Amino acid sequence: MNRIQQLFQQDKKLVSVYFTAGYPNLDDTVPILEALQESGVDLVEIGLPYSDPLADGPTIQASATQALKNGMTTEVLFQQLENIREKIHIPLILMGYFNPILQFGLEKFCKRCEAIGIDGVILPDLPLEVYLNDHYELFEQYDLFNILLITPSTSTERVRMIDKHTRGFLYMVSSSSTTGKQAAFGSSQREYFTRIDDMNLKHPKLIGFGIHDKNSFQAATGFANGAIIGSAYIKFLKHHDIRETETFISKIR
Amino acid sequence: MKYQVDDNGYYGTYGGAFIPEMLYPNVERLQKEYRNIIEDDGFRKEFQGLLKEYVGRPTPLYFAKRLSEKYNTKIYLKREDLCHTGAHKINNTIGQILLAKRLGKKRIIAETGAGQHGVATATVCALMGIDCFVYMGEVDMERQAPNVARMKMLGAEVIPASSGSRTLKDATNEAIRDWINNPEDTHYIIGSVVGPHPYPDMVTHFQKVISEEMQQQLKEKEDTEDPNYIIACVGGGSNAAGAFYQYLENEAVILVAVEAAGKGIDSGESAATSVLGSPGIIHGSKTLLMQTEDGQITEPYSISAGLDYPGVGPLHAHLRDSNRARFLSATDAEAMEAGLQLCKLEGIIPAIETSHALAALDQMNFQKEDIVVINLSGRGDKDLDTYIHYFNL
Repeated sequence: MNRIQQLFQQDKKLVSVYFTAGYPNLDDTVPILEALQESGVDLVEIGLPYSDPLADGPTIQASATQALKNGMTTEVLFQQLENIREKIHIPLILMGYFNPILQFGLEKFCKRCEAIGIDGVILPDLPLEVYLNDHYELFEQYDLFNILLITPSTSTERVRMIDKHTRGFLYMVSSSSTTGKQAAFGSSQREYFTRIDDMNLKHPKLIGFGIHDKNSFQAATGFANGAIIGSAYIKFLKHHDIRETETFISKIR
Repeated sequence: MKYQVDDNGYYGTYGGAFIPEMLYPNVERLQKEYRNIIEDDGFRKEFQGLLKEYVGRPTPLYFAKRLSEKYNTKIYLKREDLCHTGAHKINNTIGQILLAKRLGKKRIIAETGAGQHGVATATVCALMGIDCFVYMGEVDMERQAPNVARMKMLGAEVIPASSGSRTLKDATNEAIRDWINNPEDTHYIIGSVVGPHPYPDMVTHFQKVISEEMQQQLKEKEDTEDPNYIIACVGGGSNAAGAFYQYLENEAVILVAVEAAGKGIDSGESAATSVLGSPGIIHGSKTLLMQTEDGQITEPYSISAGLDYPGVGPLHAHLRDSNRARFLSATDAEAMEAGLQLCKLEGIIPAIETSHALAALDQMNFQKEDIVVINLSGRGDKDLDTYIHYFNL
């Protein structure tokens, strides 16, 4: 059983945290992972920085730009993660855009993920249809879960289709937006969360985009198995030491 | 039909729609509806009416006598520079604003590099009374201040793109992000034959009027629809797509695409994607692009802001791989000299983008009886500052 599947067998509201590999400093990847695990985070998304991250708002974009300047690449990240499973036992997901992975070589990428113990990937600009037609078998071969996104404007029919093909869980984008917009959840979001929750989907759900404090975390986890924090943690890292991560997490959960 | 887009939005192995799920409903709706809308009789009538009465089409196919004498062949110039707003860009924005109206969209966004597409978009939005927001890289806003002013006069809001390298590719990213944040009421008017399917095909469709007129005008002047060569500059590739379109399947006509070599192809400051690029994904499309080994998109360079794009449209990538089009490149210096030469020989000041196509004449050999058409995609008024500084005028 994949670590992600095991995780969702627990009966608790999960906290997932995103950070950009190579930010604030090139070699922060392992210390950040250790700090997150020690703080009780259940799942981590490690962001592969990209020059042109279309689905991301200014905070994550800026962290990616800095990470690339620091010298982060797909190869460097894999080297940093080489022995990570000696220290980190929570599920690890790589989140990135498709082009750097294509250039690295898709099969080589999957192979390295398997060797390291990466459990899944989130690739926002790899559309479902292309994944199913061209890449599905490769991901399966290396037991790499491809986690798919739904948004408020995804049709009911398509939500069902995405639920059928996602692995591990469904990533519910909270609103029609890029990452890091921090407005409180309004009635349209609650309507959407309820609508999806009432569909009794096959997979558990994590809600991301706009989760930045206790209120938004609780609002989201009322309708899902957990929530994902991204931009808020990147902002925190800009001004705080990695060792203070536990304080950050305790204010949210 | 080897060079047409297929049902999945591909030209050969290039194209497709590599978009985040957030954009899926918008792009899917466009994919499903664009053909029916643009082939509808009412739509065509309105589009053609505006091209005639508002844009000033058909544009002349002008026999350039002195230029022909210099190269000892027959050179015609397709005068897109005489379109309203000064370039071919408006053919596409007229088509897309009519499409946006039929889709019930109330808000228009666009990206712009040199500002020509931004001006053409702001113009049609003023014409239709629709709100217009144009994303432009901070660096380009400084380089192309007069076009920023034009857009503002036309009622558009110009939003500086301050991320990444702050040029055209980042303006495009910002426009796509805007669309993600405003999926219901907004239509995104892309300015070139790039982006997710159906944009490359849609923009080509609105630009193909260039080669349709060319066929008719050559028939009248030369008693044949077919030239021996068609030469056009390529950044993203919209003017070339329009000038080539009617001849794509007619392999007797040699298609010549001219890219910007910048300071030289191997100088590290170039925009010659067909040489320096490799297959990858940019702005939702699988195509040739300039990138690092790690798959990060690199910043191109050209003296011409309109050719300063790190990719080419998927149609052009396919034309290169299949050898249907011949790809050449011109450096900043070659283009500037060719632009000045056209001023002196024909009394026409071309856009610097277009000057790259003119520079290809020096790299080719023609027979006296050859018919050569150069797509004169834009006029040089917007580039006066660059010409002034370059030649110390």
